[in-house]
Amino acid sequence: MTDAKDERRPAGELEAAVMATLWAIGTPLTPGQVQAELDSGLARTTVTTILSRLHEKGIVRRERQGRGYAYHPVQDGPGLTARRMHTELARDTDRETVLARFVAQLSSDDEQLLRRLLEADE
Amino acid sequence: MTVLLIVPLLLPFALRPLSRRVLDRLAPATALWALTCAAVTLAGCSLAALGAFALTGLLKLPVFAVLGELVHPLHTASDLFAVPAAALSAGALAVSTWALVRWAVRQSRAFRTAQAEAGAHPTAGDLCIVDSPRPDAYALPGRPHRIVVTTAMLRSLSAAEREALFAHERAHNHGGHHYFLAAADLAAHCHPGLRTTREAIRLATERAADESAARVVGDRKLAARAIGRAALAARHTLAERPAFTPAAAAGPVPQRVAALMTAPRAPRTASWICLLLLACTAVSAGTAATGVLAFHHDVEVAQGEER
Repeated sequence: MTDAKDERRPAGELEAAVMATLWAIGTPLTPGQVQAELDSGLARTTVTTILSRLHEKGIVRRERQGRGYAYHPVQDGPGLTARRMHTELARDTDRETVLARFVAQLSSDDEQLLRRLLEADE
Repeated sequence: MTVLLIVPLLLPFALRPLSRRVLDRLAPATALWALTCAAVTLAGCSLAALGAFALTGLLKLPVFAVLGELVHPLHTASDLFAVPAAALSAGALAVSTWALVRWAVRQSRAFRTAQAEAGAHPTAGDLCIVDSPRPDAYALPGRPHRIVVTTAMLRSLSAAEREALFAHERAHNHGGHHYFLAAADLAAHCHPGLRTTREAIRLATERAADESAARVVGDRKLAARAIGRAALAARHTLAERPAFTPAAAAGPVPQRVAALMTAPRAPRTASWICLLLLACTAVSAGTAATGVLAFHHDVEVAQGEER
């Protein structure tokens, strides 16, 4: 992935990538740390701009850290959301039909086959 | 003429062995179009055949003969064939209608639930993140298109693998794959012989999105790893859900990973499989059209409008 290609990506995709990083790491991150974690050739100023935009939208919070800010995602009652999601997924097994899920259910044989495939690659 | 209408009812079974091979031979996006067009045509033709059989039976009943303004008895094959065929067709149509209505209600409910769920969460770009310990990700078509990913899924992948996941879901949305999936479901509810084809269409949408993701991240093995690790992470929390793949055959996920691990296939001569698929569709459409036209003619004769 080249720098030029990443800088040309739509703003929405960059916002998504930055937001995903904040959630995946789970601790407050500075723009420099986000940039290092993404490892995709984005300029640090670009990351800073995206983080400020997310902050303006109110979906990340920030706190002073040194001369800059560290950002973390706004939690929205995690326990409540998780419980609601669980019950819905348990009920709507047929959601798989029109909503294209990333990965389908694995059988035990599938799991072993998949592990062999991934190990062979390493 | 009535015997001809049995052909569209039998052809979906012939499509079963074909549909698996189509996906092996053609590029996923091409296979997706070919299979969906074939499945929809065959489903439509089998419905037309069932309708003609059922109507033939109805017009034999005096009440409907009057309603249909028949002045002569309807000319049909022997009653030994026409009456049971009409009864079976009417039954099959009733079962299909019930299945279709139930499907439509369930799908729209699941879709609305998912929309409401995504609407309740902040979105960054097109990404909606749901804080949940269950690894899950899906494309949510609509205006605007969104991708919904749980925090557990984000945490089980590396930054590069997350990009592959996002590219995969965006490919579903941009490709309008939900229309293909809906068409496959409708077809499978019209004729049970098309269920195998529905599975092939589902796999084709995933393969098409996988290939698109591999192109976006520029690394097929990275895309393969992302799918594999996501599936293994989801495995432990989704275990209570019924497995929908028979244990004997490799399920869709290992097939997708294996396909990405190998180099992209040079386009092979796929002409014979295309020809067979096309022949299957054409025969179905041809026999259904001929049969229905002949039935229409018989009805007009019985109405005294034609001889």
